[in-house]
Amino acid sequence: MPVTYYVILSAILFTLGAVGVLIRRNAIVIFMSVELMLNAANLAFVAFSQLYGTLNGQVFVFFVVTVAAAEVAVGLALIVAIFRTKHSINVDEISSLKN
Amino acid sequence: MISDVILFAVLALLAIVSAVSMLFSRNAVYSALFLIINFGTIAVFYLLLGAPFLSMAQVTVYAGAIMVLFLFVIMLLGAEQLRQRQLLWWQQPAAILMGVILLVEAGYLILNRGPGEDYLLAFESLVSDYGGPSAVGALLFNDYLLPFEITSVLLLVAMIGAIVLTKEEKSQSKK
Repeated sequence: MPVTYYVILSAILFTLGAVGVLIRRNAIVIFMSVELMLNAANLAFVAFSQLYGTLNGQVFVFFVVTVAAAEVAVGLALIVAIFRTKHSINVDEISSLKN
Repeated sequence: MISDVILFAVLALLAIVSAVSMLFSRNAVYSALFLIINFGTIAVFYLLLGAPFLSMAQVTVYAGAIMVLFLFVIMLLGAEQLRQRQLLWWQQPAAILMGVILLVEAGYLILNRGPGEDYLLAFESLVSDYGGPSAVGALLFNDYLLPFEITSVLLLVAMIGAIVLTKEEKSQSKK
């Protein structure tokens, strides 16, 4: 199977994630679209790793998954902290620094 | 060979449909569940690509821990009801237009300057332990030891950060 199929699928998923970040207003769904983008990049990494027969791409995906987990923990903690003061997670309503 | 392509096409369709459903679903819990389906299809792709360790890690960490964390926070904040109030009327059409432009540009680059007719290696030509935990671990602990240790520090920092950010103020809680 040509590796191009996987790369095109990765590009489609990445674009869907990017559009999701732009058009959704809920902060948590924006965060989930970022995770979708990371997964699209992971798919391209693993596909190229098998193309060349090495495991370096897979080790990199391992690190991306770990960093994504850390990022999700901190990001969701931030969203919870923002919700405590603003009582909303609509990004249009929390876009000003004044409370 | 043809069964490979059919399996890939079915899984790709499932991945794209679940991603689109995640984007356009009103309820945030439905979006999270669609994203779990998407992660599941990506895990099956990893199995097709000779990465069994990564496939199980994806299911365990991404679909099993990160998405559960998302669902906890969604239900904690009561964020199911989505009030789609658009401040800028032109934002949604502009975003979709830019997404289409990005996709067209990516497709052009992939098809004309991409890997071309490079075929993925057949499983017979790979080492027998390719993608298994011992092979990935050997590479991880020998060549990538420094990033591994830095990642452990990063996880510690993230844990401390999450606890500090969600700590209640002591002064307003008792009085």
